[in-house]
Amino acid sequence: MILRAENLAKHFAAPGGLVRAVDGVSFTLARGETLALVGESGCGKSTTARLVLRLIEPSAGQVAFDGEDITTLPPNRLKPFRRRAQIVFQDPYASLNPRLRVGDTIQEPMRVHGLGSAAEQRARVQELLALVGLAPFHAQRYPHEFSGGQRQRIGIARALAVQPDLVVCDEPVSALDVSIQAQVVNLLKDLQQRFGLSYLFIAHDLGVVKHMADRVAVMYLGKIVELAEKRTLFANPRHPYTRALLAAIPHPDPALRGRVKPLGGDLPSPLNPPPGCRFHTRCAFATELCRREEPALVDGVACHHTAELPPLDMAYAGGLSETATRRLARYAQAAGQRN
Amino acid sequence: MLLELENLATSFRTSSGEVRAVDGVSLTVQPGRTLGIVGESGCGKSVLSLSVMRLLAHPGRVVGGRVMLEGRDLLGLSGREMRALRGRDIAMIFQEPMTSLNPVHSVGFQITEALRAHDTTSSDSSLKRDAIAALERVRIPDPSKSFDKFPHQLSGGMRQRVMIAMALAGRPKLLIADEPTTALDVTVQAQILDLLRDLQAETGMGIILITHDLGVIAEMADDVAVMYAGRVVERASARELFEDPQHPYTLGLLGSIPRLDLDRERLTAIEGSVPPPFAWPPGCRFAPRCPFAEAACDAAPPPLRDLAPGHQAACLRAPL
Repeated sequence: MILRAENLAKHFAAPGGLVRAVDGVSFTLARGETLALVGESGCGKSTTARLVLRLIEPSAGQVAFDGEDITTLPPNRLKPFRRRAQIVFQDPYASLNPRLRVGDTIQEPMRVHGLGSAAEQRARVQELLALVGLAPFHAQRYPHEFSGGQRQRIGIARALAVQPDLVVCDEPVSALDVSIQAQVVNLLKDLQQRFGLSYLFIAHDLGVVKHMADRVAVMYLGKIVELAEKRTLFANPRHPYTRALLAAIPHPDPALRGRVKPLGGDLPSPLNPPPGCRFHTRCAFATELCRREEPALVDGVACHHTAELPPLDMAYAGGLSETATRRLARYAQAAGQRN
Repeated sequence: MLLELENLATSFRTSSGEVRAVDGVSLTVQPGRTLGIVGESGCGKSVLSLSVMRLLAHPGRVVGGRVMLEGRDLLGLSGREMRALRGRDIAMIFQEPMTSLNPVHSVGFQITEALRAHDTTSSDSSLKRDAIAALERVRIPDPSKSFDKFPHQLSGGMRQRVMIAMALAGRPKLLIADEPTTALDVTVQAQILDLLRDLQAETGMGIILITHDLGVIAEMADDVAVMYAGRVVERASARELFEDPQHPYTLGLLGSIPRLDLDRERLTAIEGSVPPPFAWPPGCRFAPRCPFAEAACDAAPPPLRDLAPGHQAACLRAPL
C-alpha cells in the first residue's frame, strides 16, 4: 500500500460559515495502481489531491504514505516524502515558470533534492525529454514556444525527474484537445508500466478515466459517493450521480443524440450543503428518506435506494458503424507499423 | 441558403512572411441546421469564424473569397453596416465565458446593453423585462434575481448561459459557437448542448459549432466539415461522416475519443500536432502525421473530391 487516506477533511472559513470542501474521505492506493477521483468542479477532488501531498493542512484525518503518517511530520522531515510524491497540474500554461528554460525547469527538482552532480542532472534532463517524447534541443527553449500538449509533457518530465513512487495527476488532460488528450493518456500509461508508478488521477470526465484507472472514486460535494473497480463501475454504476456522469459523455453516434436528458442544476454550494443525501436536490430517485438522512458509504456506494435503481439502459454506450470500425482498425494498425 | 463561404482565404503578415491561416474554404449553412467544424487547435477554425464576423485583428486580413449571408457579401459591407449586422443577423459565443463578460457590471446590465444596441426606442423598464425574459429563455433559475448578479457570482455553466442570452438577444439568424463547452465540466457541457438544441428548435436559427471533439459534433451537428491546417479535408452530413469516415485525419480524431463501449487499453492517438502555418508542407498537409501517407501525397495538395453523394474528402488514398 503506497497511500492511505483516512477520514480526510478540509474546512475553509468563509463569510457565512464553514466551507466543507472535503468532508471525511477515505481511500487506499496500491503500488502500481491508478485510482481516479472523479466529480464536477467544486466537488473537492483537487483539494483532496493537495491534502494527500500535504500542500495544504487537513482539518481532520490522516494520510499515510508507505506506512508513515505524513500529516503529523514536522516540515523539516517532509523532504524525503516530497521527493517520492509528485504532481502534474491541470493548466500547462500556469504551471511552468515562463522565465526558465525547459531544461532548468526539469532539472530544478533534482537540484532541490541534491540528486547527482550538475553534469549527471543535465544528462538526466536529456533522458527525461526523450522519455516524454520531446527532443534534446527542447531543453534550451522557453515554455511559450510549446503547445499545450508539449507543455504537459514537460510537466510530466519534471514530476518524474526525482523518480517518485506516487504521481498525483490533477486533471492533466482537461485543458487539451481530444487528440492531444489521447497522446498524454497513452504516455502516462506507458510511463506507469515502465516505472511502476502509482497514480492518483483527478478528472471530471469518466470517459478519460475509463482508459486510465484501475479503481474509481466518484466524489460529490466533499464526499465519496461510489468507490469501485473500474470494470464494475462502468458495467454497473450503482449511484445515480455516477450514472449521470456516464450519461453526460458525448458519444460518437449521431443516432443517439439527445437520448438521455442531462443532469439538471448546478452543484449546490458547499457552504450550505443540502441536508440528508447531498445529491438529493438533483436526483430523480430522491425520497423523503434522502432529504432527511445522509446515506453512509456501504459496500462501495452511498445511496439509500441503490438496490431499487432501474436497470441501466446501456444503449447510450453505442459504438461506431462497421465501416468506421474497420477503417479505424486499419488506421491503428498502420500507425502501429509506423512507430 | 443562410450562409455560403466561397473559397475564403485569410492571411497574417508575420516576420517570416505572409501566412495563410485559412486557405480556400467553401462551406454552407442552412437555416435551422447546425454545421459542425471540427479540428485541433491551430487548424484555423477560430480564424475562419472571426473572418466571417469580420472581427479579425491586425495583422490578420481576409485576402480572398466571399462570405454570402442570405445572398449579400459581408466582405463588401462598410464598418457601420457590419456593426448593425453583428448581433442582429449573426451573433457569436466564445470558449471562456469569464473573459467574455465584463467583471464590473451585473449580467443584467450587460444583457440590457446588448438589447439597447439594436433598440433605441424602448424604455429602460421594458428592456429590463426583455433581459429577464432572455435569462429565462436560457433556463437560468430565478431570472429576476440573477439579473443583478455579477459574473463572478455565477458558475461557469451559468456564465455561458448568460453569454447565450446576450448573443440571442438580437434574435440572430446565425449563431457562431466557438468551443462553447470546452472549459466546462462534462455534465454542464451536456446541459449547454441540450439548451442550444432547444433554442435552435424554438428560433430556427442556423448554428456554426466549432469544436475539437467529434463527440460534441455527434451530439449537435447536422453537417460536418473537418478542418486541418487551414483547409477543409472532409465534408459530409453528420450521419454519413460517422457511418463512413474517409479522411485519415477524421479517423485519428475518432480514435482519440474515449469509448465506453470498448474494453481497450490504448487510445488510437494522432502523433504530433498541427504545424504552424509557415511550416505547412507543399503536398497534403496531414501527410507528415498520416499513417497511410505515400510518396504521391507529398507532391501536391489533394483536392476535395466526391466519394459519395454529398460526401467529399481530400485524400489520395481514400477510400481506405
